[in-house]
Amino acid sequence: MSETPKFGGAADDKTRSGSSSAKSRVEVVSVNLTVNGQPRTMTIEPRTTLLDALRENLALTGTKKACDRGECGACTVHIDGRRVLSCMTLAAMQEGNRIATIEGLEQNGVLHPLQSAFIEHDGFQCGFCTSGQIMSGVAIIVEAKAGWPSAASADVRTPFTLADLSRAEIRERMSGNLCRCACYPNIVDAVAEVVARS
Amino acid sequence: MHPFAISPANDAAKAIAAHALDPELAFIAGGTDLIGLMKDRAVLPERLLDINGLPNMARIEALPGGGVRIGALARMSDVAADTEVRRRFPVVAEALLFSASGQLRNMASIGGNIMQRTRCAYFRDETDGRCNKRRPGSGCAALHGLNRNHAIFGWSESCVATNPSDLAVALAAMDALVIVRGKAGERQIPLTDFHRLPGGAPERDNVLDRGDLIVAIEVPASVEARASHYLKVRDRASYEFALVSAAAAVATDGGRISAARLAMGGVAHKPWRLTAAETGLRGISLADVDGLRSAIATSFVDARPLAHNAFKVELAQRVALRALQTAGARL
Repeated sequence: MSETPKFGGAADDKTRSGSSSAKSRVEVVSVNLTVNGQPRTMTIEPRTTLLDALRENLALTGTKKACDRGECGACTVHIDGRRVLSCMTLAAMQEGNRIATIEGLEQNGVLHPLQSAFIEHDGFQCGFCTSGQIMSGVAIIVEAKAGWPSAASADVRTPFTLADLSRAEIRERMSGNLCRCACYPNIVDAVAEVVARS
Repeated sequence: MHPFAISPANDAAKAIAAHALDPELAFIAGGTDLIGLMKDRAVLPERLLDINGLPNMARIEALPGGGVRIGALARMSDVAADTEVRRRFPVVAEALLFSASGQLRNMASIGGNIMQRTRCAYFRDETDGRCNKRRPGSGCAALHGLNRNHAIFGWSESCVATNPSDLAVALAAMDALVIVRGKAGERQIPLTDFHRLPGGAPERDNVLDRGDLIVAIEVPASVEARASHYLKVRDRASYEFALVSAAAAVATDGGRISAARLAMGGVAHKPWRLTAAETGLRGISLADVDGLRSAIATSFVDARPLAHNAFKVELAQRVALRALQTAGARL
């Protein structure tokens, strides 16, 4: 066994007993990542969540902070194409990763079809959960196309296709996104319309 | 969250040595349980070692002979979607799909899933001083508090919480092995021996020591595995911990049960295997509902419900029966 791992700004602090000195200084790390196609560098404390880094360091406030405990889904973003909760992820662990937020969804000034469908189907009232709902909705279509089953699927042993993405499937797959205005039926309508057009 | 340092690990041996030496260091993979615990101030590590970059630990391998080996860093969603896992061990895929939410399943690792703290609402509550898990010796607020969600088996005066992992229940039924690398090399721990009952030391959820790193979980082949099913009953339709859940698997010979496996969640500090019922079910026809019910009941004679969860004793038997019947329909 060789040396123990280096810890960022505390790498020069070789004394394990020096916890008080470690606590008296502010540890910072530098992270390079891609956000909505743009290379970005952030200098942050290790305890910064990806959610806080997006909002406070990069001024991308479309991603919302609601429960901050992984319960509501309002902070949903995509990391390397997969939907995740940015409040339960450390920004310091995103070196080299590709992040997509609601701000990156439109292309050349044209809304993503699911954004348009949310407007068409009145899929929100206060709007606080909406960016998380849309980021999740976009991802569940990708997951269904990849053949992922869900708890609503008839039999996990059989293949799953996009044609199987029923309203019951959409409801189950969207269950990690809460809406306190209870727009659920209209949210399902919006996702179902995009599924039907996919 | 409290201030801490973080560093990436790229070598398992060095990571294990660092964890063994440093009591203030924690491994982090998906982070979905650890970050929640840190936000609740239930754990306050000074240093995090990010193990996501460790090589060859995220693979899902179909083993010759019918088993699977799941790398500890494989994500729940990838394991649940894996064609061979779904075909060979539907109970494992279903347990994963009934866990957490789609976003969390994309983040959470398999090793981290079985490392989830056994907990209850009193454990999470920062303001109540009485929790032997949070502060050993402080007492158990749940023992004479609101304990509808708590254990009916295996609890002690020191802790009545239940383990939240659905996956662990399925793995217990499948006699899975946890592959651990530690200071003295690699060893295998049967999943059924991995989690602890609270006894007098409820702050310890499992048998791992400092310097232990889960590298994989192996699910061995069995004749029952393909006719297996996970049934979860909860207060909400989705995204909720189990009130009671059951993992069942069954094989028959000439219309009668030749082998059955039953494990339950939401009833104890660890996945609870119904060994007496498994023995009693042998020789009974799957069509003999009264016979199945009687055999299952033999595992509930030692149930000890608390003030608010006596309903779980009846509910658990019904859930076990329905899981067994649904598994049997897959024969």
